[in-house]
Amino acid sequence: MKVSLSWIKEYIPVDLAPDEIAAKLTMAGLEVDAVENLYDYLNGVVVAQVLDVKKHPKADKLTCCTVDTGAGEPVQIVCGAPNVRQGMLSACALPGAVLPGELKIKKSKLRGEVSEGMLCSAAELLLDTDASGILDIAGDHVPGTPLEKALDLADTVFEIDLTPNRPDCLSVLGVAREMGAFTRPAGKVAKPDVTFPDQRISAESIHDHARVEIKDPDLCSRYSAGLLFDVTIGPSPFWLRQRLESVGLTPINNVVDVTNFVMMETGQPLHAFDYDNLARGRIVVQKAGNTQAFTTLDSKVHTLEPEMLMICDGSRPVALAGVMGGENSEISHTTTRVLIESACFNPVSIRRTAKRTGIATDASHRFERGVDPEGTVYAMKRAMTLIADICDAAIAGDIIDAYPLPAAPVRIHLDPAALNVRLGTDFSIEEIGSILASVEFGVHSSGDGPMAVSVPSFRVDVTRPEDLSEEVARLWGYNRIQTTYPAVPAKGRPLDPVVSARSAIRSILNGLSFYEAVNYNFVSTDFCDNLLLTASDPRRDVVKILNPLSEQMSVLRTSLLPGLLDNMRRNTAQQTDTMHLFEIGKIFFSTGKDTLPVEKEMVAGFVTGNRTHQTWYSKKQSLDFFDLKGAVEDLLEALGIADARFTPAASHICPYFVPGHAAHVSKDKTALGVLGKIADPVLKYFGLKQAVYMFELDMKALMDQMPEKINARPLPRFPSISQDITLIVDRQVLVGDVWGQMKAIAEKQALVEDVFLFDLFEGSPLAEEKKSLSFRIIYRSDAKTLTEKNIRKLHAGISSHLVESFNADLPE
Amino acid sequence: MQNPINDIENQALQEIQQAKTSEDLEVVSIRYLGRKGLLTAFLRSISSLPEDQRPAAGKNANLLKIKLEKAIAQSRSNMAADSAKQPAGIDVTLPGRRRGHGSAHPVTQVLDEICGIFMRLGFDIVEGPEVETDYYNFEALNIPKYHPARDMQDTFYVSDNIVLRTHTSPSQPRTMEKTDPPVRIISAGKVFRCDSDLTHTPMFHQIEGLMVDENISFGDLKGVLTTFVHQFFDQQTALRFRPSYFPFTEPSAEVDIQCVMCRGEGCRVCSKTGWLEVLGSGMVHPAVFENVGYDTTRYTGFAFGVGIERMAMLKYGIDDIRKYFENDMRFLGQF
Repeated sequence: MKVSLSWIKEYIPVDLAPDEIAAKLTMAGLEVDAVENLYDYLNGVVVAQVLDVKKHPKADKLTCCTVDTGAGEPVQIVCGAPNVRQGMLSACALPGAVLPGELKIKKSKLRGEVSEGMLCSAAELLLDTDASGILDIAGDHVPGTPLEKALDLADTVFEIDLTPNRPDCLSVLGVAREMGAFTRPAGKVAKPDVTFPDQRISAESIHDHARVEIKDPDLCSRYSAGLLFDVTIGPSPFWLRQRLESVGLTPINNVVDVTNFVMMETGQPLHAFDYDNLARGRIVVQKAGNTQAFTTLDSKVHTLEPEMLMICDGSRPVALAGVMGGENSEISHTTTRVLIESACFNPVSIRRTAKRTGIATDASHRFERGVDPEGTVYAMKRAMTLIADICDAAIAGDIIDAYPLPAAPVRIHLDPAALNVRLGTDFSIEEIGSILASVEFGVHSSGDGPMAVSVPSFRVDVTRPEDLSEEVARLWGYNRIQTTYPAVPAKGRPLDPVVSARSAIRSILNGLSFYEAVNYNFVSTDFCDNLLLTASDPRRDVVKILNPLSEQMSVLRTSLLPGLLDNMRRNTAQQTDTMHLFEIGKIFFSTGKDTLPVEKEMVAGFVTGNRTHQTWYSKKQSLDFFDLKGAVEDLLEALGIADARFTPAASHICPYFVPGHAAHVSKDKTALGVLGKIADPVLKYFGLKQAVYMFELDMKALMDQMPEKINARPLPRFPSISQDITLIVDRQVLVGDVWGQMKAIAEKQALVEDVFLFDLFEGSPLAEEKKSLSFRIIYRSDAKTLTEKNIRKLHAGISSHLVESFNADLPE
Repeated sequence: MQNPINDIENQALQEIQQAKTSEDLEVVSIRYLGRKGLLTAFLRSISSLPEDQRPAAGKNANLLKIKLEKAIAQSRSNMAADSAKQPAGIDVTLPGRRRGHGSAHPVTQVLDEICGIFMRLGFDIVEGPEVETDYYNFEALNIPKYHPARDMQDTFYVSDNIVLRTHTSPSQPRTMEKTDPPVRIISAGKVFRCDSDLTHTPMFHQIEGLMVDENISFGDLKGVLTTFVHQFFDQQTALRFRPSYFPFTEPSAEVDIQCVMCRGEGCRVCSKTGWLEVLGSGMVHPAVFENVGYDTTRYTGFAFGVGIERMAMLKYGIDDIRKYFENDMRFLGQF
């Protein structure tokens, strides 16, 4: 919303500097985004005196003038204006100035003669419509004086970023009213008189020509109409065009311009109909019903919905109520009789129509937010007096004012004590009263009890005592309210375990040299195909966004992998080839159209590149599956999840891994997640070349398996003793299974403390299908120092058990 | 006559200590013990002392001579030992065997820091879904359908009644429905708006705060947010509370902080205003209390929301919000 200071000053005296006004408006809740000097474009335009005028040697219509521009020696300027004469003061645009229409002034030659500037007409400077000759400046001015100063043109335009609750300030009068709260003398806004001038009143009555019928009072509580005769359509006078242009509106014709001017002035949108195009002079306000299409005055055809409110005449719709008029009844050159509409429409209805038709107009913007129900007649009369004057028209002396649902005046009982509690203030009744009165609230108080406050009809946003507390606070100044500190009981709730789990996982992974990534929740629709998911994979139950920004961001992810793979692509493109990256975030599974999806928090990550780089102590070595597995094992152990089981993962569950290079990880039958090497086709889809190993773990499952508390064990008092077992088994025997059995024995046998694999051997002299596994078993007793003799029998037992279970051989 | 010898002792020992090379030591030795040395000169001068002072002076001077000779010898052997050790040592300037490290995302770091500040003030953490019902995201917060305030937040829709949450504010009604006052919570997480340009990403992070009890005032809101800003930036950072509009608060306030880049002088970051808008806040609207069944005559409360990316940008001097979600290692590695 733009307002100019000169326009505001028509209604209220203001003697503050523009910056001061901007600051005060902002701190009263009308945020000023920009303060512009309306005449900034006159930079470089100065008063100049024409010292001498000679005919141009090569052009009859041009003159070569010697001009004093106030800067040193007089210069020559070529001029084509008929009114140029010796001695006159005019406006000169100096080289460097940029005139309206992006006209850049520079030193040039016009048909061979040097011209160092341009003498300008009023029209060229947008000061008037007169283009017949150069500006003839009366009075005494020193050449070189900036034109803006000489003509006293200063005007400031404030661009206000209005919040949706303040439709009353979508008008110059509204902003002036707000300024009344901080200008002195505490000014009341002087509204223009709208009494119809006697000499303009026609003998005709509107009732003989027009009839207004409101069929849906819920959607249109008031419809005022006035009629003008003998209207002469033409361009608007300069002052009117200038006013509109100063606030960013384009002049159209005098009648339309007046309706726009009054809308900007009062906040009440108006519409002008060509009365002679209204069938039977009737206005019927009703829903579209069966009417299917309507052409608005911008010549666009809109599909109507039955609920949309229309203005109809005796036979057809003539306007999309409160949004835009129709092509069939707009003001044209031939219009002579004009019916002015000034109505109050239901905000929700207007907003729905505007959204559905995709039309946003200054009118719909105001109606959506709510106009002053008591303001229709004033605005209409204001427009009619202006049109009568500007368009030399006659006014029907009476008006129609259909007001089936009069707005009930809003009166609020305000408890000053409650207001002070809310704000942390100690305002007296008088202070509250005078603050509210400064923006035209009516205040009635009797003694110490609640105050009765009448809300002015234009403040449609104020309905409750709390709203008044905001009025008091903002007009008093938020920054003048004492800063205090709440006293609250020192009582808290336990920390949500997911918060601490997340934080633990992050620190552990950071320590394992993983950096944290954060990716968008939305991914491309084709990510399921790119991950090679089967048709029945539950991860295909994606949540779709109805209005995505792009196809690439149109569904919610059901896996963190696509985002991470994309991160890898971006990094490898930047020549970062070794990285450990992880993300903690949610994935989403659809549960139906109108229900919330299932949200599952996941921890996923990848490793790619080298385990070791080429350094003085190491050779470059690519990392592999076991680097990733090691990290996952470390993570689980650090979380207190001991002895997680890794088993080969079936490829239909994680088709994005290379078959045979993927594992499930679980703990006590609870699935924790998967890890593996990303399959080649997936790499290709994501534009990757280098091997990458990824894990994806379920946060909830991890949390369920994390111990609630740590039970400290006493440290062993006696030394341990170790014994080795080497088994020669078939290659397909899984180390995990052997280890699992040993673990089972260890649980039964208190003496087995730990088991680990210290050697794995395949190849000659072993048979091709064999491998040898060497385990070391650590034995310890908490009662005595063990000797080899103590454990000989136990060790042999374990050995023979394993030989039997895995059909193993012992080395010779 | 005790003084000259004490001076010689102190000075000589100091010079021995400071000597770095055996050449230095030789110079010191000659200066004090040489034929024209200071101590030698003193010894020679003893004969000119009164007779009763000569024995003591001579004894002291000879003791000092021995002391200095020892100190020089000791220092010399230390130097020799140091230089003898060198060939058998290691080159400590060789690069170490690095284990590597990672770090939390800058958004996480700032989020944790902010949560930490509010937890120290006694706020509890709650969490809510990222996909939300229209009811919790809008209706319960006094933003009915077709309310113009819906234009303030460009919403991603999943269906007519399901949206990607546009703010963390749904945690307010969700928490209050389950809890009686006093309530003191913060809720952090991802939020979504269909908006994408230099300064907007379609997803970003917010922290919502809510405090409800008897007698909670706008002054208290100012106090808590001032504490927060002072802890997050520093005590010198000025705050400004500016009237604004949020349908779920009344009065509503935007909180501006003095520009942390230019200290309020005016710069590119603050568009020459000296102020930066960092928080939205206000006193909880009674309609929100009514929706969750709180007694509006008894309780008041305040709520606020802060954008994490923006705070991180100001804290770390990040100039492009999109950098957060590109996850370029060269970016992540800086935090």
